[in-house]
Amino acid sequence: MSQSPSASSSRPRRVALFVTCLVDLFRPAVGFAAVKLLEEAGCTVEVPPLQVCCGQPAYNSGDRATTRAIAAQVIDAFEGYDAVVAPSGSCGGMLSHHYPGLFDDPAMKARAENLASRSYELMAFLVDVLGVTKVAAQYDGRVTYHDSCSGLRELGVKQQPRRLLASVGGLKLSEMKSPEVCCGFGGTFCVKYPEISNAMVSEKSADIAATGADTLLAGDLGCLMNMAGKLQREGSAVRVRHVAEVLAGMGDQASIGEPDLGKR
Amino acid sequence: MNEARLQILNGIRRSLQRGELSGDALKAVEARLAEPPRGPAVARAALAQPDKVALFCQWAEANNATVARVAPAEVAAEVSAYLARNNLPAEAVIAPSPQLAGYDWSNQKMLSLRRGRGEGSDHVSITGAFAAIAETGTVVMASGPEHPVTLNLLPDTHIVVLRESDIVGGYEEVWERLRARYGKDRMPRTVNTITGPSRTGDIEQAMELGAHGPRRMHVLVVRE
Amino acid sequence: MESTAHDFKDNVDAALADPNLQDSLSKLKVGFSERRRQAAERLPEFEALRDRARDIKNHALANLDFYLEEFERKVTALGGHVHWAPTAEDARRIIGELCQSMGARTVAKSKSMVAEEIALNEHLEALGIAPIETDLGEYIIQLRHEPPSHIIAPAVHLTKAQVADTFLEHHSKLGFTKRLTERNDLVAEARYVLRQKFLDADVGLTGANFLVAETGSSMLVTNEGNADLSNTLPRMHIVLASIEKVIPTLEDAAVLLRVLARSATGQESSAYTTLNTGPKRPGDLDGPEHYHVVILDNGRSAVLGTEMQDMLRCIRCGACMNHCPVYGAIGGHAYGWVYPGPIGAVLTPQLIGVEEAGNLPNASTFCGRCESVCPVRIPLPSLMRHWREREFERHLTPKAVRQGLALWSFLARRPRLYHRLTGLANRMLALFGRAQGRYQTLPLAGGWTRFRDFPAPPPGGTFHAQWRGRQS
Repeated sequence: MSQSPSASSSRPRRVALFVTCLVDLFRPAVGFAAVKLLEEAGCTVEVPPLQVCCGQPAYNSGDRATTRAIAAQVIDAFEGYDAVVAPSGSCGGMLSHHYPGLFDDPAMKARAENLASRSYELMAFLVDVLGVTKVAAQYDGRVTYHDSCSGLRELGVKQQPRRLLASVGGLKLSEMKSPEVCCGFGGTFCVKYPEISNAMVSEKSADIAATGADTLLAGDLGCLMNMAGKLQREGSAVRVRHVAEVLAGMGDQASIGEPDLGKR
Repeated sequence: MNEARLQILNGIRRSLQRGELSGDALKAVEARLAEPPRGPAVARAALAQPDKVALFCQWAEANNATVARVAPAEVAAEVSAYLARNNLPAEAVIAPSPQLAGYDWSNQKMLSLRRGRGEGSDHVSITGAFAAIAETGTVVMASGPEHPVTLNLLPDTHIVVLRESDIVGGYEEVWERLRARYGKDRMPRTVNTITGPSRTGDIEQAMELGAHGPRRMHVLVVRE
Repeated sequence: MESTAHDFKDNVDAALADPNLQDSLSKLKVGFSERRRQAAERLPEFEALRDRARDIKNHALANLDFYLEEFERKVTALGGHVHWAPTAEDARRIIGELCQSMGARTVAKSKSMVAEEIALNEHLEALGIAPIETDLGEYIIQLRHEPPSHIIAPAVHLTKAQVADTFLEHHSKLGFTKRLTERNDLVAEARYVLRQKFLDADVGLTGANFLVAETGSSMLVTNEGNADLSNTLPRMHIVLASIEKVIPTLEDAAVLLRVLARSATGQESSAYTTLNTGPKRPGDLDGPEHYHVVILDNGRSAVLGTEMQDMLRCIRCGACMNHCPVYGAIGGHAYGWVYPGPIGAVLTPQLIGVEEAGNLPNASTFCGRCESVCPVRIPLPSLMRHWREREFERHLTPKAVRQGLALWSFLARRPRLYHRLTGLANRMLALFGRAQGRYQTLPLAGGWTRFRDFPAPPPGGTFHAQWRGRQS
């Protein structure tokens, strides 16, 4: 990771939150949890308003022109921040690995590379960049953790969430047999090939059940909604949350797919 | 046929956006062929010779071969004993190599040996080995009048008589020996590198020995 | 081989409903990946060897014409022959003529994906020549008239019971009338049946894992030894290999061998790795009198120099499909042609066209596991994405998808409008989903809700709406 403009510790890092389209629409609590964790670690957090999406749906459908247009928008919106942090491995990976390759124009390519060098997934940012080693949260439960594919393979997110979870009071971690196997979400894949996606998420669900955990955590909302939807269709009592929620002490809110009866 | 050849070669050159290699580019690939560079060295077999021998034995056994370490005078007796231990008939086809003939078979009165190539009816073969690789427990056979390839493949049981001094660390040293012995322009018709008996995992991915080649391999590692 | 790739969705349905296949896949998923992991852990130099393997293949591809010519020179100097086959048709014709020149009635074949690709067996049969598959897995599927479902374990989709039934059906006329239950008995029966066929065959035909330019050798990696019997007993040995199999030197082969066996089966080395160089020499007591290498292009030279070039590095280890969760759910036949799994998703559109095989690169979540285990570091997800780009450019993407994408793109480029509309959607989804917290059916989301519930957003508005609210 390259040096950010404010390398000195004299002023807090100016972080821009990349909300992600799924968090914005389906689970804002994840965004607030991310803000809380970043502020507690000493950053100031802003949310550029003109952000929508990282462009993956277009990118993975082969529409490079639209992807480029969206990327240009993101580059503009996130200009000037020390760091751009997303509570998502797939969006974080899109910004930091795939944006530069979209542009032939040298000027845009340079700006994309600059953004890439400042873009992070939330867990990796907290642990690897800010040096956070523990959180003050409490969560009484047996938890299992799914390693979302992009975060794991593109960004090396594996130990960081586990490290922070280990500091959560009352929390026990039970690993799945295959935490690194894809859950079957894959963006549009789950609706283009629903039968295959279902086969994959069914296996994941069995793996989760075998851990005896009462809570499933991961770092990507797409994966989480996919797994929650399957677990609930199967009548499972396992609650599903984004790892940021538990780390930020918001683990008592309604979980994904659970009716929200106003508990805050 | 010449047209087809040109069609393919020109297709390649068109895609690579260049003509035939020439000048420095040509010199570079020719030099690379003349002095082949090695890949990353594998530390596992970079050992002193006695340890190489031990490593070879370890890996050969891990791959379902059996190994007996013997003195030259014990070779013939060990062959007889091995056959008896395994309830095999005391007969074998033996490679017509001077090296094998140099062991004393005369005291094995019950052992019936035929010199030559392998036939479909042979149960046991005895061959030497050109070299062996400690890194993987592999024996290396070079074909020739002294070592018919059928002896490596047809019989159920293959007995290999291997000299300790022919055990090297890795593939690279085998290639060096082959080039030194034959020249890179005249490699033997077949070089078999063999690691344990024949096997297959094609039924439910569980390993079974003796798919088409030998079911059993016994390696005599001969000290000198 | 005839393609059913256009029927991908039907193939998938059949695969998911096949209990024998699902049983076999459940074993495959755990077995291969665990063995590969252990083998990689045992060798500290493994990652460095992967990098080197990638570099060797890249170098070979960049100089492919030179190394092919060098290979030909060496083969010819030792009394062998090299034949150049630009198309599948050419390769079939050359091989047919070679077999006819020997008056061949049978050809002992070891496993060759390229032979499947050019539909060689059908061609030989039409000429009245019987191809005998000798690789145990290929032999089994030949009896069942099925194509291979994996590039190194062709019968991996079958259970032991299915193999026993097949042998009973086909071997009883040879006097084997007992239905076997033990694996070793099945292997022994096949060994016995095939042994006579090896001895009788007039021609042996093999593929090649590598063609070594330095020495003019073809290199074959097997565990059974069938390829070696095929290339030793008959009077003619024919090697069928595609152009990208050529590598420069024996040292390069050593690097590739070290990553090949470990990536494929988790072995340190396969049982048989063989170098064949030309026909038998004077004084040899066995070996073929004739050695012919047929080099096939069939669309590969056109891939060089393009963004798809990296697929030519493939050394056919099968690691990608062993680790692919999609392959693990549907098996190899669902892909509809010769090459399944991630490499199949990339190679098949190249060889038979993206119109026919377009589903293959689309049926992926881009999880990246394939790329993470590929011994020559082929960026398989990126290559699949390139196929999606080409489909998009050619308007091959299904209409509904294009329209949905166009609408989404329109909105995504207009953040304020997007936020207004998603704010509305959010409020509606939250309102109607409040009681249950989730939807069991949802308009436009049938693909999702068929199998899963759809979580409802909690009340309160979108993140952006709430954030704006907090700031003011």
